[in-house]
Amino acid sequence: MGITLPILILALPFTMFLILGIGGVKMSRKLAGTIGILANGALMTFCYIVALTYFFSGNEEFIVDGVRQQVQLFDVTWLAFTDRMVVNIGFLLDPICAMMLIVISTISFMVHLYSWGYMEHEPGFQRYYAFLALFTFSMLGLVVATNIFQMYIFWELVGVSSFLLIGFFYKLPSAVSASKKAFIVTRFADLFMLIGILVLSYYVSNAPIESPLANASAFNFLNLNAQPSNVIASTLGATFLGGSVLTWAMILIFVGGMGKSAMLPLHIWLPDAMEGPTPVSALIHAATMVVAGVYLVARFFPMYLAVPDSLEFITIVGAITAFYAAVVACCQIDIKRILAFSTISQIAFMMVSLGVARPELHDGLGYMASMFHLFTHAMFKALLFLGAGALIHAVHSNNYTEMGGMRKYMPITHWTFLIGCLAIAGIWPFSGFFSKDEMLSAMYANNALWGVWMTMVAGLTAFYMFRMYFLVFWWEENPHYKEHSPHDAPWQMSLPLIILAAVSCVAGFIPFGEFVTWNRAPYHIHIDWVGVAIPSLCVATCAIALAAWLYAKKNDKPAKMKAALPALWQAANRRFYWDEIYMFITHKIIFNGICRGIAWFDRHIIDGTMDAMASVTQYCSLKIKGMQSGSVQTYVLWYFFGALLLAAITWICLL
Amino acid sequence: MDYSQFGAMLPELIILGLFLIVFLFDTFSGDGAKRFLTPLTTVLFLLATIAIWIIPGCDESVFGGMYIDDNACKAMKAILNVGVFLVFLQSAKWVESDEIAIRKGEFYELILVTLFGMYLMISARHFLLFIIGLESASLPLAALVAFNKKHYESHEAAIKYILTAVFSSAILLMGLSFVYAFSGGSLYFDDIRANVVNGQGSGLLIVALAFVLAGMGFKLSLVPFHLWTADVYQGAPTAITSYLSVISKGAAAYAFFIIFVQAFGPLFADMWEWMMYAVIIATITVGNLFAIRQRNMKRFMAFSSISQAGYVMLGVMAGGIGLASMMFYVFIYIVSNLCAFAVIQTIEMNTGKVSMDDYQGLHKTNPKLSFAMTLAMFSLAGIPPFAGFFSKILMFTAVTSTGSMALYMLVLIALINTIISLYYYLLVVKAMWITPGDAKIEAFKTNKCEKVGLCLCVLGIVFAGLVPYIYDYCVAAVLG
Repeated sequence: MGITLPILILALPFTMFLILGIGGVKMSRKLAGTIGILANGALMTFCYIVALTYFFSGNEEFIVDGVRQQVQLFDVTWLAFTDRMVVNIGFLLDPICAMMLIVISTISFMVHLYSWGYMEHEPGFQRYYAFLALFTFSMLGLVVATNIFQMYIFWELVGVSSFLLIGFFYKLPSAVSASKKAFIVTRFADLFMLIGILVLSYYVSNAPIESPLANASAFNFLNLNAQPSNVIASTLGATFLGGSVLTWAMILIFVGGMGKSAMLPLHIWLPDAMEGPTPVSALIHAATMVVAGVYLVARFFPMYLAVPDSLEFITIVGAITAFYAAVVACCQIDIKRILAFSTISQIAFMMVSLGVARPELHDGLGYMASMFHLFTHAMFKALLFLGAGALIHAVHSNNYTEMGGMRKYMPITHWTFLIGCLAIAGIWPFSGFFSKDEMLSAMYANNALWGVWMTMVAGLTAFYMFRMYFLVFWWEENPHYKEHSPHDAPWQMSLPLIILAAVSCVAGFIPFGEFVTWNRAPYHIHIDWVGVAIPSLCVATCAIALAAWLYAKKNDKPAKMKAALPALWQAANRRFYWDEIYMFITHKIIFNGICRGIAWFDRHIIDGTMDAMASVTQYCSLKIKGMQSGSVQTYVLWYFFGALLLAAITWICLL
Repeated sequence: MDYSQFGAMLPELIILGLFLIVFLFDTFSGDGAKRFLTPLTTVLFLLATIAIWIIPGCDESVFGGMYIDDNACKAMKAILNVGVFLVFLQSAKWVESDEIAIRKGEFYELILVTLFGMYLMISARHFLLFIIGLESASLPLAALVAFNKKHYESHEAAIKYILTAVFSSAILLMGLSFVYAFSGGSLYFDDIRANVVNGQGSGLLIVALAFVLAGMGFKLSLVPFHLWTADVYQGAPTAITSYLSVISKGAAAYAFFIIFVQAFGPLFADMWEWMMYAVIIATITVGNLFAIRQRNMKRFMAFSSISQAGYVMLGVMAGGIGLASMMFYVFIYIVSNLCAFAVIQTIEMNTGKVSMDDYQGLHKTNPKLSFAMTLAMFSLAGIPPFAGFFSKILMFTAVTSTGSMALYMLVLIALINTIISLYYYLLVVKAMWITPGDAKIEAFKTNKCEKVGLCLCVLGIVFAGLVPYIYDYCVAAVLG
């Protein structure tokens, strides 16, 4: 494959960002939207060509003896600090990258199209499309990264574009604080990632000269992943707090992924990020950016395998987060927040699946299942968010209390939303069933505890999704509809819903194992009906039935339940007080205790020094003013005595 | 005598030939043809610049070792030529003004003669030839400073310039005569280098070196030999001021380096290292301290250029890589300073205003000029990513690469002074963009030549640091 398409894939969205960002002010909405969508359509075509060529061409370059190859389409030197500390920019094509190209470009295109209707009347429409293009560029750059530094650069760029898009309604104080929160929390996590990268790069770049690591492409993923044992050797057995240095480095790198993927305890930014426009939530905070953490672990998987302790850590973090987020989602009122917590829970599912993957268990099934779920989840979660957007667009409120009985008024939204709910609940034959089944198989294979625990989380998922579904579309009709009845969204918004719903119906039948596996050799998926599928189907069906019993028609059972356990409901509704804990730590302890002293030092010592410098300068300059008298006789005197003075200085210094 | 040796002096001959063409054209052309003088000179000069850039240097010295035109000398000449070309572009409108138009030929001839002198200063490896170059670069400049015949300030500036120049020459010659006593009766740099160690530690030699430094310090306006600078810069026509501040200084800096490092190199640690510390610190600091008080833009630029000369002198402390950094610094200084002077000159030409207070609100009426001036100030102050930042940082790394503690301290002092200089450079930016109030300068249009000149300067400021070509060129020229 040539390098034209890969370069276009990166250059096109960036150019669009520049064009819309700089020229957008002068464009009409129609023009900006049209070129945004057209360019994105072209981008989607390019991504599909690259990905499909990679998967299906059977070219020697891409597949040898049934094993898919990792190909660097280009990799150019960008900054060469030393012989072995070289930062490259390139394009790595391998199964997970090709899969992500499809996911990102598809969802991005759907969101571009959808926003055309959704954002129609918002001021700053052109700016919005510019930011979307910037995000698409950054996310594509992240997934095609050939080395850890390139990934880090684009990692920060997606953070910035997420910040810009969350704060898009910058006149709303809540949007502003949400964007700041998202940026600060993820940036804080990235600090650990940077430390991890530095630790890793320190040992890799100091590897003994005879080690195969000692070359200019030391930070290339292919290079590192191909020889984890050499990386371990390069640390010379160094340990820190009982763990090997490499374990720590890999865990620290994962902490960056925890920030982006909203794992406990760094999840607090994601629910607030829902202040951004809903299509943005669908693109960034459901389908693409938040799975960057999963992608990171998958990208480094051979390295993580070399230090299994870090995989245990990932599993535990994922399992706790999945359960926590599912419980909180059961008690939210805002439908976007329910979806946000659902996203956290589902990403945690993928993390657990990666964490339990081992080559000896079902040929590393967990890896394949996690990527499969990433793919299906991106589709149905984007669908759910876009559906929620259509509801919000119609009702002008985020809360289900303002909705109810919507199925009569918005049939398209209703049916597509139902498909999304069935998919996420894991009902056959929707896509979520297949990927979740594979993940659960992998968990049972590793340890029955994880299997049971995550099956329970899957049940909770079905429950809260159908709780939302029934409360929004059934329950009791809102009396306001008599005067002002809501209706389905325009075609630009409905079309993406229908496409994504269709994908969610059929995506499960993709033989995903033929395309993406940990060792890139094909894996034949078979569904373990008795051991895994039937039990999880039963759990999901029961949960849906329970939700139907509680919420299908207006009744007082939910209120009674709430009254029976007020403390639990309150705690879950307030997300178990994580925000309050953060507030306490930052404001009471850090700001009050530590920052005051530093602020005093800054105001008095640092500023004082600078002020003193300024006043000394002014004073001196005033004092020596007389030197410039204007009389040429004085000048010459200065000249002569200056020359003698120089001689005197030298003479004194030489004594 | 072997006349083929003149072939090695190609750059000088080109400039001399150009001078003769301009002189003859100016003398014998009729009034109608006179208006072609400016374009003719500018175009021919551009060709000469390209020629000098292209022709290879020659590592062999000629005339018994008096003259050399190696790659480094040639690169320096090419850099100076770029500056002179920019000055020609900027003064194209000024030379056509009523008072000057009749004498515009003289302007070009005098500039070319001084440039010829500077070429000799750069290439001379014998003090006699050097003095000839120095004088032919100095005396015509006095005529140029007095070019505005009807302005009192112009006369005063010229008198101050010529008196100080004569005095400095006397001091320099006195110093050289002392040196002669130690060098075994030779004025060749190589002979001096070989013999001067005999006088190590002698008081007479210390005085000799101090006097040579003082004599050179006049051209570079090093403190305390700088006092003429502000008055002359203010009084001289702005085109001449910009010529004085960059070209004359650049040539003198190169000659200074050659004289001290080549001829007196063996005495560095023992004799003149401490003088340099004193002079550099005094130059940077005093230049800064005076600059913060100035309101007249030309006086302001005078003190700024004094302070910048101190940074240029840092290169002397760092050997070969120092020379490359110095040449790069001079090049960046040429584009930045000429950018500022171009704005000052065009504003002075069109409105007669030269005070910083008059610049308030300039961005409302002349946004492009304000933009160019802002870039020039940022570059002079050394703010990244503009060229001035790179020239400063390369200079500092060159100096600290020798690893001596004293040099680290020197760089530290230079850095502190950079902060002070930031203050006064930003005063100009503040006046143009931030100070409230109506604009005092009405909108006007600059002519084509000025526009081209300004665009070239702005391009230089933005790209010269980011594109490694020019620095690599300097390093390759110096280190081979």
